[in-house]
Amino acid sequence: MNPKRSNTIWGYFFIAPQLIGLLTFSLIPLISAFVLSTLDWDGFKAATFVGFDNFNYAFHNPDFQKAMKNTLLFSVLTVPAGIFLSLLTAVALNNVRMRVLYRLFFFMPVVTSSVAVAIVWMWLLNGDFGLINVMLKTVFGVKGPQWLTDLHLVLPSLALVSIWKGIGFNMVLFLAGLQGISKDYYEASMIDGATRIQQFWRITVPLLSPTTLFVTIIAVIDSFKVFDTAFVMTSGGPAKASYTMVYHLYELAFKNFQFGKSASAAVILFIIILVLTVLQTYYSRKWVHYAE
Amino acid sequence: MESAKTESITQLQQRAVTKRASLKLNIPGIILHLILIVASALMIVPFYWMVTSGLKDMSQIFLIPPTMFPQPWHWENIHRSLTAMPFGKAYFNSAYISILIVIGQLLTCSMAAFAFAKINFPFRNVLFIAFLSMLMVPEQVTIVPLYIILKNFGWLDSHLSLIIPDSLFSAFGVFLLRQFFMGIPRDLSESAYVDGANQLTIYMRIMLPLVKPALAALAIIAFLGTWNNFFRPVIFLSTTDKFTVPLMLSTFKGLYVTDWTLMMSGSTIAVIPVLVVYLLMQRYIIEGITMTGIKG
Repeated sequence: MNPKRSNTIWGYFFIAPQLIGLLTFSLIPLISAFVLSTLDWDGFKAATFVGFDNFNYAFHNPDFQKAMKNTLLFSVLTVPAGIFLSLLTAVALNNVRMRVLYRLFFFMPVVTSSVAVAIVWMWLLNGDFGLINVMLKTVFGVKGPQWLTDLHLVLPSLALVSIWKGIGFNMVLFLAGLQGISKDYYEASMIDGATRIQQFWRITVPLLSPTTLFVTIIAVIDSFKVFDTAFVMTSGGPAKASYTMVYHLYELAFKNFQFGKSASAAVILFIIILVLTVLQTYYSRKWVHYAE
Repeated sequence: MESAKTESITQLQQRAVTKRASLKLNIPGIILHLILIVASALMIVPFYWMVTSGLKDMSQIFLIPPTMFPQPWHWENIHRSLTAMPFGKAYFNSAYISILIVIGQLLTCSMAAFAFAKINFPFRNVLFIAFLSMLMVPEQVTIVPLYIILKNFGWLDSHLSLIIPDSLFSAFGVFLLRQFFMGIPRDLSESAYVDGANQLTIYMRIMLPLVKPALAALAIIAFLGTWNNFFRPVIFLSTTDKFTVPLMLSTFKGLYVTDWTLMMSGSTIAVIPVLVVYLLMQRYIIEGITMTGIKG
């Protein structure tokens, strides 16, 4: 057997399992999602082709609009604050003693099941007997709000839980990025009389920007996929105030059995995530500083 | 004599100066530690409150101001939770599903990654780009077609719906391991090839042992990802006996939503074993995740 033919056989032998997986469980489903988004189908009767009707329906559907608005707001509430806090924590931890111990605590929520986190925070945020409102009452004498049943507070409350859960993850990525910045820059700037704050803005922030870009993209995508916390803590309520995009496509498909309409919502979600990722990567050229 | 004295005086002065400097520097250091301790407390208190609330009874849980510790401790809550829902069964399900997926991914991802990195075969680059592009597709986008495919296979409400797709496909796993295989010098496999070893031998005897750290990282991420996944089980499974831990906990919550003591002891049961493993292996877990930048 000639080596070229042997390489072809071995190559396909080794990738066969993953190739079958890619086709069956990812590529074909992705293409099907696009096809399905043009069909009217409940999973039982024959499907009918409806063109862009499902998209047209989506954009005029108040539930979809609500889900979209809530998801965007959730993203705005979680991403900048989450990244800022984790960057701050990473810088604080970078050269401190007992770093490993602190890191252990910050990372605990990351490995914890989102369902358990949601249930524990339901109790902490409980309007009448939750620890947060009880502390507000006993320490400050303030009557805390109904965090999870107030129309305007429910999304910020879910955002708080999400930031709390994710801070350790972003932090370890920032810590890894900080380890990569040479100490020489800090020493040289210290000799020139730079203050800590100047060092942070002029050295740390620019040299950390590749990590920041990476963390931001992951955080934005994650915020668009929010489902578990809303499902467990509020069931999307009150009055759909915490109803998200993934929740919407879940309900369309698995509560109403409108597979075509659900697929169109999924396609829209996919396009938004794709466009955001491309835009972030494109605009990153302006602010990301790649060291040699 | 005189010079020695002056020298020791300057030394003393210097020591005093450095001492003062270090005292001065310590104040920001102490403030930093205070802030970090408060921040760490914010991370730990929810866990603490979960465990202690789960061991109180209904009269203690509604006390204002709240008590730090249960008085007395109601250990029977743990037993009540365990009998209210088959958590033991859920543990078994989650454990064996996660372990099988980890084994499956380690095998299939390392095989594909090895081929992409070390074997020259037709359409290699096109196929690799196809894998890479899938990194951009969240599971939520393909869930409806996947559901229909699994329904046609007859795998719905069976653990196969969770085990097979995750074992056979992980674009991330392939990508991660390929990076590591790429770092292994070509000479190593080529000299073995010249010595008459076939690709299977090279993969098993030479390549796999060299990427152990990457395999460990992938194992950790795959395990956490499948253990904590809620989205797929909640859609694919419907029989209580087949539930995984997060799905069981969510169902448990639906049934006992007003009984906070039971909800907290149930959450404790669901969370503590994972946290114990995390505490024992935190170094590997955090470093594995940092190395790859994925939560699982």
